[in-house]
Amino acid sequence: MLLTVNGTPVFVHTGGRDVDLSRPAVVLIHGAGMDHSVWSLQSRYLAHHGRSVLAVDLPGHGRSGGAPLDSIAAMADWVAALLDAAGLERAALIGHSMGALVALDTAARHGSRVEAVALLGVAERMPVHPDLLAAARDGDPSAIEMVIGWGHGPRGHGGGQGGGCPTPGLALIPGGRRLMAAVKPGVLGVDLAACNDYGNGADAARALACPALFLLGALDKMTPAKAGRALAARAASAQVVVVPQTGHMVMTEAPDATLDALAAFLSLRRG
Amino acid sequence: MAGAKFLKFDTQSLHAGQRPDPATGARAVPIHLTSSYVFSDVDQAAALFNLERPGHIYSRISNPTVAVLEERLATLEGGVGAVCTASGQAALTLAIMTLMGAGGHIVASSSIYGGSRNLLAYTLPRFGITTSFVHPRDLDGLRAAIRPETRLVFGEVLGNPGLEVLDVPKVAAIAHEAGVPLLIDSTFTTPYLCRPFEHGADLVMHSCTKWLGGHGTAIGGVVIDGGRFDWEASGKFPTLTEPYAGYHGIDFAEEYGPAAFIMRARAEGLRDFGACMSPMNAFQILQGVETLPLRMKGHIHNTRKVVGFLEGELYSDKGGKPGAAAGAVAWVSYPELVDHPDHALASRLLPRGAGSIISFGIRGTGEGGSREAGRRFIEALTLFSHLANVGDAKSLVIHPASTTHAQLDAEALAASGVGEDMIRLSIGLEDCDDLIDDLKQALRAATKG
Ligand SMILES: Cc1ncc(COP(=O)(O)O)c(C=O)c1O
Repeated sequence: MLLTVNGTPVFVHTGGRDVDLSRPAVVLIHGAGMDHSVWSLQSRYLAHHGRSVLAVDLPGHGRSGGAPLDSIAAMADWVAALLDAAGLERAALIGHSMGALVALDTAARHGSRVEAVALLGVAERMPVHPDLLAAARDGDPSAIEMVIGWGHGPRGHGGGQGGGCPTPGLALIPGGRRLMAAVKPGVLGVDLAACNDYGNGADAARALACPALFLLGALDKMTPAKAGRALAARAASAQVVVVPQTGHMVMTEAPDATLDALAAFLSLRRG
Repeated sequence: MAGAKFLKFDTQSLHAGQRPDPATGARAVPIHLTSSYVFSDVDQAAALFNLERPGHIYSRISNPTVAVLEERLATLEGGVGAVCTASGQAALTLAIMTLMGAGGHIVASSSIYGGSRNLLAYTLPRFGITTSFVHPRDLDGLRAAIRPETRLVFGEVLGNPGLEVLDVPKVAAIAHEAGVPLLIDSTFTTPYLCRPFEHGADLVMHSCTKWLGGHGTAIGGVVIDGGRFDWEASGKFPTLTEPYAGYHGIDFAEEYGPAAFIMRARAEGLRDFGACMSPMNAFQILQGVETLPLRMKGHIHNTRKVVGFLEGELYSDKGGKPGAAAGAVAWVSYPELVDHPDHALASRLLPRGAGSIISFGIRGTGEGGSREAGRRFIEALTLFSHLANVGDAKSLVIHPASTTHAQLDAEALAASGVGEDMIRLSIGLEDCDDLIDDLKQALRAATKG
């Protein structure tokens, strides 16, 4: 589905069912240099479990127009504008990595619009190594290699107790690599700089007034579970789920655990 | 910041897609001989059927043993996903059926496996899909053969049986100019020798029956999705970019991004056409893939030695001095030879070796000419087995004009680069001195006749 947000066309994947304003809505927000397709299983599941689903392509990403937004706050304001454009008063927000910061910051800036937040692969700060920032800014392919390499746990890399993509026949690391390679030049650099510059995580977590789920990969090297727990501890009431044998790409490495946690958190029922 | 680390090819040949079985600790991949899988509850069942949760429903669509092989082969090729099939032929059929319907057109190299040629030239036209064949070295001809209704360009890295090397980067560029993907049959090279996605190909298929399995035990195929072709931008592939009623209006490109093709190939092609690989065969082929790097090194080592021997047989004077009388061998074709027309291309695309197939011409001296000499040669061999296969650990031999390409008329035979005197060797892993001794005595027997 295409919406117009702040004058720019925005693509929203709805999980195989049209948005129905009588159902509670969920907005899924992808991470740096990615798009709505990282949520393929979750968006279909949510859409068939009572929710209207808006898995967005952030500006400049995937099928959306416009330029990438250069701060988490700007992305948070954009999410509020998206809700306006879709005719939604409130929605639950599910975000991964950069998208988790966006969900958190939207709850801080537009609390009345946010029913709940589920934050995957999240930490109070997401400092990005200067080498990675520079490579991403210059469009150097090594940036994608770093994100994909550090981003995946054993389900992607194989070896040890890992190995074995949950979806039969797919391979997570080549899949992630191709997804990121398809993003327009320069977008990853803007995204990573926005993550690096974000400093409002602690305050935003303290101010959380809605239910919050922190869904963390036990083997996450980018936003270690310890950092995710520390952020959750700042929130008045947060539920923490740490998924074993899982890296930063929680929803693709561990889709069943992700769905189970979301189903419990949002009290989902088929329908 | 340290660069990210990834497991390397040889390690992935052993580990990709697998972990010790969580239920039993089994280190080897268990053979899951089950048709179906118990649902944990009604909601999980519904979610599996609606592609909301990952997992297995019925072994025609996916199976845990087969899935290990699929992920391993996808990883070795650098593709986003794979579907294993009952045979190499089924892999090609599945790729085509996923991309097009009646009215679709294919541009194919004329130098391909005889069975593939049969499918394209004689069988698919019955279903409204036609093919134009172009010599793999004729890039202008290839460009000219592409029509508005063309949906696929298809070729083999190493032509069959002429051993022409396909200029994959250039052919990919020509296909992409026309908004069409390039499918490479990479059976003869395996990902150990060539990874076509790195050269611009969009889809790769193999007959796993050959070097991947490597022991001549199991028939199987695979189609692998490189995940780079932009189906949406091309606009020519409604199967991937428009709602599919067979799954409640799913749009595969929207839903799966880079994995659109391979998801449709499974969700529609395996489900409906049903040419799945059995878990027994997947297990056999996995045993082969585990030693693929080792075996390919051995194949290449022996092949180079045998090529050297055959070259020495071009002249009766074993020093091979120009002007010496003709030997038992009329010509030798192997892409690493400097007089092979694709020598330079082979050294770029296939730096680890140009495969383990050698073609050569046997010189017909007595009555019956080269055809009769070929017959005597093949019958005199003792280690080389005369059969219709390639890529076994054991050395194999065939006379294409009377077997694999027998259904082609003289013109098509010539177009496929098959002469009546052509002998094709598939070099195995025996001690190469024994192979050379066998060839030596059989050449003697052939020319004595
Ligand atoms: C290059 C090539 N492609 C495809 C095939 C077909 O594979 P299968 O026999 O597994 O169906 C073969 C078999 O000889 C082959 O050599």
